[in-house]
Amino acid sequence: MDAAELLPLYEQMALIRRTERAAHDLFMSGLVKGTTHLAAGHEAIAVGASAALRPDDYVFATYRGHHHALARGATPEECLAELMSRATGLCRAKGGSMHLTKASVGMLGSYAIVGAHLPMAVGAAWSARLRGTEQIAVAFFGDGATNIGAFHEALNLAAVWKLPVLFVCENNLYMEYTPIAEVTAVARPAADRASAYGIPGEVVDGNDVVLVREAVAGLADRARAGEGPGVLEALTYRHFGHSRADPATYRPAEEVERWLKHDPLDLARARLEALGADTTDVDARVEKTVAAAVEAARNAPAPDPGEALTDVWADGGAAWRT
Amino acid sequence: MADMTGERMTTGRPLTYREAVAEGIAREMRRDPTVVCLGEDIGAAGGVFKTTAGLHKEFGPERVWDTPISEQAIVGAAMGAAMTGMRPVAEIMFSDFLACCWDYLANEIPKVRYMTGGQVTVPLVVRTANGGGLGFGAQHSQATENWAFTVPGLKIAAPATPADAIGMMAAAIRSDDPVVFFEHKGLLATKGPPAPPGHLVELGRAAVVREGGDITLVALASMVPVALTAAERLATEGISAEVIDLRCLVPLDTRAVLASVAKTSRLVTVEENPYQGGWGGTLVSVVVDEGFGLLDAPVCRVAGECVPLPFADALEERVIPTVDKVVARVRDLAAY
Ligand SMILES: Cc1ncc(C[n+]2csc(CCOP(=O)(O)OP(=O)(O)O)c2C)c(N)n1
Repeated sequence: MDAAELLPLYEQMALIRRTERAAHDLFMSGLVKGTTHLAAGHEAIAVGASAALRPDDYVFATYRGHHHALARGATPEECLAELMSRATGLCRAKGGSMHLTKASVGMLGSYAIVGAHLPMAVGAAWSARLRGTEQIAVAFFGDGATNIGAFHEALNLAAVWKLPVLFVCENNLYMEYTPIAEVTAVARPAADRASAYGIPGEVVDGNDVVLVREAVAGLADRARAGEGPGVLEALTYRHFGHSRADPATYRPAEEVERWLKHDPLDLARARLEALGADTTDVDARVEKTVAAAVEAARNAPAPDPGEALTDVWADGGAAWRT
Repeated sequence: MADMTGERMTTGRPLTYREAVAEGIAREMRRDPTVVCLGEDIGAAGGVFKTTAGLHKEFGPERVWDTPISEQAIVGAAMGAAMTGMRPVAEIMFSDFLACCWDYLANEIPKVRYMTGGQVTVPLVVRTANGGGLGFGAQHSQATENWAFTVPGLKIAAPATPADAIGMMAAAIRSDDPVVFFEHKGLLATKGPPAPPGHLVELGRAAVVREGGDITLVALASMVPVALTAAERLATEGISAEVIDLRCLVPLDTRAVLASVAKTSRLVTVEENPYQGGWGGTLVSVVVDEGFGLLDAPVCRVAGECVPLPFADALEERVIPTVDKVVARVRDLAAY
């Protein structure tokens, strides 16, 4: 990958990192209600995968989905406005941090029931096939999701129907607070299980955006060619705790240090420098964009309370009786 | 195998409820190429209740898909397909099995439009064989429409006649909102007049299936024939019962019920589901809230006992409302 190709990927990752930092600060200052599950550290997976996908492909994410929404084209302003309960939010403040969705760019949602969206991605891939498009669907999920029934039902159905769907596991070694290794019978919870369904299972360094892009592109080509689903297990680490202000003290210090040294942004920056490119301008631009987004979101109005009673049904309303 | 041609309609031969289900789906599949079916044994086998008989032959495996035994994947995949341009009709074999994919019905399908601020619609139908009376035992006999009734965002249809099965299936499949479609096992073999071409029964329209002036009986699905038979018996005793077939729980036609109570001033609901948490409780509360002045007597509910469905006929009968139980209740009320 040359510098011209890598630079925009670096910029997207930097934008995600900076937006996550803003989300964290806003949460700490009481401007974000509920909870957030930050994806700082996971940037290369979302950005690398997005770079390998077509604009009309479908993406399904989890409650840890800020990075996927942003990588797919949601703006920091609409994401932060959603987190801050503003009328201008991505989901008009009805979704919040855990449900960022931008259907117009194929980002079909963030789902907070662990593993629930894997069958949905299978269905979107099935639909693409029925409609004769060459779209594929991608489900991003955590290592913890690999022990839930929907994971196994989804893989099997995708395999027997030979559907163009990719299952991308963001293995950050932990579920909430429990290491995945303590509760899983195999070492690679996603990739090792793929063969049970006759699906190729690959493992990739999820902090290297170039490798992620290559791996996703390879599986996507196969899927588009009608050869069926793929499983990719991307190894990564979350910089923050699981959610909110979890200090993640359950993680050994040397493990944290090792992974923080293997930061996806540092890796990409080092590559760019080796290629003779400078990232100073990019960093400055990202800083400005996110600062402006925070400002705009702060100044945006709260939703009209009447909005609570819209959007249940396709007619826009919520009436359950005649 | 069901006769899937249009001739039956023109000859006017009565059809069974199970044939009507297949016919209702077939009519929509002919009309709209985005309608596809998926479920266990629904293809060449025609479904365990033969409610998809003929579909695989007419539309082929690209429109009628056999699935593994994977209730979560069936309904989850239907959801994903519905979000991306298809109109899937998913079959869950027995309504008891809805519990296996309850996450989709309770958390995913009905919430996604709302929590995305209106960005995503989920036009799908989940069909399922509901209810008792056939001695299938506790895990294959429940009337589970109440499970769905507690979830904001699901529409609920439960036809009582073959013609309604066709007309409501058309409305359900054309609905841009998710519909859970309860087909009652006890009605599958019943026969009724055919439905004319293009028959459409708008969701949320109850039907007055028997006119009367003394009391309103409101029933759903298999309880409609029970209420009608009770009404006939009561007529011989000089009590004139009006019978309303609700047809849908969401939208709920409370207007039709209030209008009838305005005429009769007495109300009894007839429910197969357990009294505890049954739909009749909601209906009655609307009538009491908004129509208390219309009433000349307390409202009553005849409902299932709050026990798992037993196996033996004698025990099952003890649990589910019967004509005798309805007649006895109405007699009491008429004397009030
Ligand atoms: C079905 C279900 N069970 C439990 C939870 C509570 N929960 C939320 S996140 C989480 C951990 C999931 O870990 P993983 O899949 O590895 O994803 P990560 O948070 O690491 O991205 C749990 C247990 C849930 N949301 N859904």
